[in-house]
Amino acid sequence: MFRFLVRRTLGALVIMLIISAVTFWLFYAIPRDPAMMSCGKNCTKPMLEQVRHNLGIDHPLPVQYWEWLKGIFVGRDYPGFGHCNAPCLGYSFANREPVLGTILDRLPLTLSLAFGSAVVFITGGVGAGMIAAVKQGKWQDKAASSASLVASSMQIYFVGYIAMYFLVGKFDILDNPSYTPITENPGAWFSGLLLPWLVLALIWTANYTRMTRSQLVETLSEDYVRTARAKGLSRRNVFFRFAWRGAMGPIVTIFGIDLATLIGGAIITETVFSLQGVGRLAVDSVDKSDLPMLLGVTVLSAGAIVIINIVVDAIYAAIDPRIRLA
Amino acid sequence: MTSTDQQPFLSIRDLKVHFSTEDGIVKAVDGLSFDLAKGQTLGIVGESGSGKSVTNLTILGLHDRDRTAIEGEILLDGEELLTASEKELERLRGNKMSMIFQDALASLSPYHTIGTQIGETYRKHTGCSKSEARKRAIEMLRRVGIPQPDMRVDDYPHQFSGGMRQRAMIAMALVCDPELLIADEPTTALDVTVQAQIMDLLKDLQQEFGTAIIFITHDLGVIADIADDVLVMYGGRCVERGTKAEVLRDPQHPYTLGLLGSMPSLHGPVDVPLTPIPGSPPSLLNPPSGCRFHPRCAFAEKVAGGLCSGERPVLEVTDGRGSACHLTGEQKQELFADFAGSRHH
Repeated sequence: MFRFLVRRTLGALVIMLIISAVTFWLFYAIPRDPAMMSCGKNCTKPMLEQVRHNLGIDHPLPVQYWEWLKGIFVGRDYPGFGHCNAPCLGYSFANREPVLGTILDRLPLTLSLAFGSAVVFITGGVGAGMIAAVKQGKWQDKAASSASLVASSMQIYFVGYIAMYFLVGKFDILDNPSYTPITENPGAWFSGLLLPWLVLALIWTANYTRMTRSQLVETLSEDYVRTARAKGLSRRNVFFRFAWRGAMGPIVTIFGIDLATLIGGAIITETVFSLQGVGRLAVDSVDKSDLPMLLGVTVLSAGAIVIINIVVDAIYAAIDPRIRLA
Repeated sequence: MTSTDQQPFLSIRDLKVHFSTEDGIVKAVDGLSFDLAKGQTLGIVGESGSGKSVTNLTILGLHDRDRTAIEGEILLDGEELLTASEKELERLRGNKMSMIFQDALASLSPYHTIGTQIGETYRKHTGCSKSEARKRAIEMLRRVGIPQPDMRVDDYPHQFSGGMRQRAMIAMALVCDPELLIADEPTTALDVTVQAQIMDLLKDLQQEFGTAIIFITHDLGVIADIADDVLVMYGGRCVERGTKAEVLRDPQHPYTLGLLGSMPSLHGPVDVPLTPIPGSPPSLLNPPSGCRFHPRCAFAEKVAGGLCSGERPVLEVTDGRGSACHLTGEQKQELFADFAGSRHH
């Protein structure tokens, strides 16, 4: 287990390095000068140089990358902004705020959105998939299959606005989407995010229903499930301890990836419900050629994916003793 | 069949198992009857798809009830199994009747230790504690000849060798001292030396506990080793039955004769070519008319009036001996002797 953690952590760091370097390089491959945007309309050459210097982008690319990297571990001094404590992800080109602070401001909303909807779609999807698999070929199965087909072909921007119009506007069943920190008012946190959770979860629920069903249909016909029945174990016992155990692995894997993706920001959902999360931040920073912000968000998303993958592998090994962590 | 009791331990009467599939109705078992006494071993022989495995899954009630139509009766110790409730069957399975499956690697759960899998059967039926179940599992592993059972009990199936897995499977099936044991090709996937050990083990356990065994195989050598009586199945029907000596030494059905002909003999000259049965097993979706073996039978045209393709031969059993074939006794004597003769030249 220890060896596994050490190896995977080192691997994760390498991946993060590569991702940040590629992002850095890609950003400058775009023919857009962030200093130009920051400098404004009547920009003279010396002014431009000054802006470059202030932003810390007056060095060759490798040096800039090294400075950025160093900043994370030991902090960094900016000519324009002064000292930035480690871990320093730099200052936004656009609003001159510290990148880390901005991301940490946005993160609670994104995490609330991600975990809240994950709870809905994993319980709903796996539950519906289980029912469909047990009632194979019966009306429950057909209902779950058709519903998930319809739901998975929906789009958030479509369902989102429709739901807003009817559930919030016309019938006033749900609250207008908004974000209140859970520490401030748990009730408002819940009611404000309920609609985004449900809408975001809808499509994912459909995917998990289908995945759970197909996994279970497969494991239910495994020989070892038949053996368990031949031993006189009850249907319930056989279902959960044998068939579901076998079906879980791939679902956990996909769930990990999906959750990590959501932590990187649910861009469309945030946009539809006017929520200021990490996803919106990423889109805005691309728009504004805001390299430090973009790098920060990218590294955060990559980090979430990498860490969750390690956790998933550990869970996978706990589910299936044939897999050994190394 | 050799039982002295009035009521045989296991009695199957005119069993029919029909599956509905998308293509139509599959008549997997089509009118099968047999009895089995305690302490006896019945060998069921047949090709894949002959209905032998289906019959035994039906005894345990492990068929898909939604898609299967079943007729006939299965009496275990006087108890009707076909109409028994799921709860009732759960009480019997693994306890009074249990089953050893063919592929032990696929049939054992990869997610649970050998000890858990053996012990949970015992716990389910005796209601004992976890530690008692574990003790019992170790005892069973020792009995089936697993070395260091107190350590191996915590292993997973993938840490066992093929032969050991099959032994563990047998330990699991026998943990509650079942009175009926169904062994579905338990040695097919094993090499011959291990196979012989497993057979000896089953015989020992049978002697010890007087278990009735149904032994399913397509290997006549195995049958010769373990069975008291033999039932030959073809296309979902019994085509021949009798004691082991009767069926193997004096086959009365062309299919049995064909099976014997496709098996090498250790006693004759070594360079005698085997005689395979031509063709392939019948489709049970659309089985051949009359005798289901007639399209592959070497002697079908010897019977006058197209009887073989027109009429189902009746299995008439006297004293546990019978065959379902339109050939007359004299015809068989003559033709079968020729067939046997041709093998020796």
